[in-house]
Amino acid sequence: MENKLFVSLSPHVHSEDTVKRNMHGVLIALIPAFFVSLVVFGIGALIVMVTSVVSCLFFEWAIGKYIMKSKTTTIGDCSAIITGVLLAFNLPSNLPIWIIILGALFAIGVAKMPFGGLGCNPVNPALAGRVFLLISFPVQMTSWPVVGQITSYADATTAATPLAIMKGVINGTSGVSLNQLPSAWNLFIGTNAGSIGEISAAALLLGLIFMLWKKIITWHIPVSILATVFVFTGIMHLVNPVEYARPLIQLLSGGLMLGAIFMATDYVTSPMNKKGMLIYGFFIGVLTVVIRLFGSYPEGMSFAILIMNCFTPLINIYCKPKRFGEVAKKK
Amino acid sequence: MLKTFSIGGVHPQENKLSAHQSIIKAAIPPQVAILLSQHIGAPAKPLVAKGDTVKVGMKIAELGGFVSAAIHSSVSGKVLKIDNVIDASGYPKPAIIINVEGDEWEETIDRSDTLVKECKFSSEEIIKKLTDCGIVGMGGACFPTQVKLCPPPAFKAQCVIINGVECEPYLTADHQLMLEHAEEIMVGVSILMKAAKVNKAFIAIENNKPDAIELLKKTASSYPGIEVVPLKMKYPQGGEKQLIDAVTDRQVASGALPISVGVIVQNVGTTFAVYQAIQKNKPLFERVITITGNSLAKPSNLLARIGTPLRQLVDACGGLPDDTGKVISGGPMMGKALINLDVPMTKGSSGLLIMNEEEAKRGEIHPCIRCAKCVDACSMGLEPYLLAQLAAHGEFERMEKERIMDCIECGCCQFTCPSNRPILDYCRLGKNKVGAMIRARKAKK
Repeated sequence: MENKLFVSLSPHVHSEDTVKRNMHGVLIALIPAFFVSLVVFGIGALIVMVTSVVSCLFFEWAIGKYIMKSKTTTIGDCSAIITGVLLAFNLPSNLPIWIIILGALFAIGVAKMPFGGLGCNPVNPALAGRVFLLISFPVQMTSWPVVGQITSYADATTAATPLAIMKGVINGTSGVSLNQLPSAWNLFIGTNAGSIGEISAAALLLGLIFMLWKKIITWHIPVSILATVFVFTGIMHLVNPVEYARPLIQLLSGGLMLGAIFMATDYVTSPMNKKGMLIYGFFIGVLTVVIRLFGSYPEGMSFAILIMNCFTPLINIYCKPKRFGEVAKKK
Repeated sequence: MLKTFSIGGVHPQENKLSAHQSIIKAAIPPQVAILLSQHIGAPAKPLVAKGDTVKVGMKIAELGGFVSAAIHSSVSGKVLKIDNVIDASGYPKPAIIINVEGDEWEETIDRSDTLVKECKFSSEEIIKKLTDCGIVGMGGACFPTQVKLCPPPAFKAQCVIINGVECEPYLTADHQLMLEHAEEIMVGVSILMKAAKVNKAFIAIENNKPDAIELLKKTASSYPGIEVVPLKMKYPQGGEKQLIDAVTDRQVASGALPISVGVIVQNVGTTFAVYQAIQKNKPLFERVITITGNSLAKPSNLLARIGTPLRQLVDACGGLPDDTGKVISGGPMMGKALINLDVPMTKGSSGLLIMNEEEAKRGEIHPCIRCAKCVDACSMGLEPYLLAQLAAHGEFERMEKERIMDCIECGCCQFTCPSNRPILDYCRLGKNKVGAMIRARKAKK
């Protein structure tokens, strides 16, 4: 054995952390939210989830094999599963299957693979897929089944989301007032209309705690987003409490939690150092509130994250980590 | 709250297999190869020729420049030749090869174990004696000790920090040395304080060695000005800049020397060698080395003569295991993989780690997922992912701006990378190229 010693440069040991371990961690963190969606939306949530995940995996495999002609497939790294789950989380539970497949095709086939696959995509694939569907199929994408009334997947009854009520108040629609908003507690545990993964803040926060504990992500992005939204909407609420909802309701409504915890923290499309992450989170918060309160869409989270994804390379250039010895520490 | 350095760092598995194994004297080999360049700086100039008779402790090579160190024979016998041998870097380097006959020491060396506390020399005399005895930093970098103790006139030392951190996994040589020679180390520290003309010294030890902390604290109580500082375990705490940050809260600026913040750092092994040189007249020709590995029969701490072929030390610990995949001189984070076991031991050999085939493998490389774990781990606050990318694309000018020359090659980035990317390999390439660029620029001026 001595004549075939392996020679390489240091370090000779490794933390044994892997891409897979991190991806599995994210998937585990998504379980509570998925569980809530199953309880609330029943079989519809399952159909959306399975369709989305299977089509994301299929497109990643097929594009890798037939278009990129690579010898190995990348579906084993689990990133396509995460894209599938996150896309499903952003869809209503009664969305037609063919629309879901189109969304998956856009996410994997347009936002991810053409740039070189995992690690190279400029924007979050699941969000790109969702926004593509939102623009292409606005009616289907904003028709949410009424919670508790649904029995079958094809149920046609739809309900207004908390954000739609807020928008209605801001636009001065008659018969709509902030009193119609559900309580913070209902929003927290998730008994309201919405996309399948976004409704329960409690389940999403559980996922956040898990990811922080396993050191998969750091607190910087979620906390800066949530804090910014809280402060900004808080100011607006103080200025005009009749028109603008309370900051806590704002935090718990719509895709804010899902976006702040699982979408904005996507490794590939978020900044590479703490300072950058805080700036990124701050602007996502600001853009979200601006769109929610002054834009034409009720929800701004997806757009805010996509816009800031595009600024990530710029943030990386201007924000550098604190260098050793740069600022002499005080004795 | 225990102190530690402020930026980055990782927690590799400790694997201190040879902890608390008493230091055993290794057998004297039939032949030694003493390298002329065991230190940073100019190689030493040989003072002996083929056929000369040498004794243990005889000076066989003198300083080759200002930053250089004298070399002494570790055995008695006849000089066979001065020839090239393969060293830990894998390249042939000149060495004095001596055939051993008996074990006859220079008469000037005090071989007794009696502790000599009182140091009768002045600062200048101490520094001269250390130069004569070929003392170098024994933590691995092998910087000549006398050079560290003579800072440029613009700087003044305020304290000495003794590095007993031993943050590399597996290695236990320094730990065992502290347990067995606490008194000698204290005298060594006092001598270094006298040489550097300071009245404050800190002995930094990580909290994974509570027995050493306790013993040294007890011993230090009767030596004025010496304070033992327990540190929170984190790699690379033994790095000079990291250690100074951990102990004194001062950060050495990019490109500056530790003396710029008034600190001189010495390893505990060096401190012991300083004691022996000054109080016992004993030059540096033997040291404690950890021979370790998960498949090795008897992981041990050996006191071995410089120039001993590493093969013989492995044999003394149960022989090279059949499943050996990699042999590393030093620890697993920064050590060098050897091409064979005929490499001779040097003043900087702190350990020899034998890895089995499974451990020796490097994992499969995946695409960078931009998780920023390398940025968090970097102990110098650099962006390893970016540096690796730039090196791969040959953008060395940009690498210089991104402060590649600050990289201490601690390996935290590559250790922590979930995609198993060879980040440090690329950083080393960049450092090499940028270093050459800087030298070329200076030469032009």
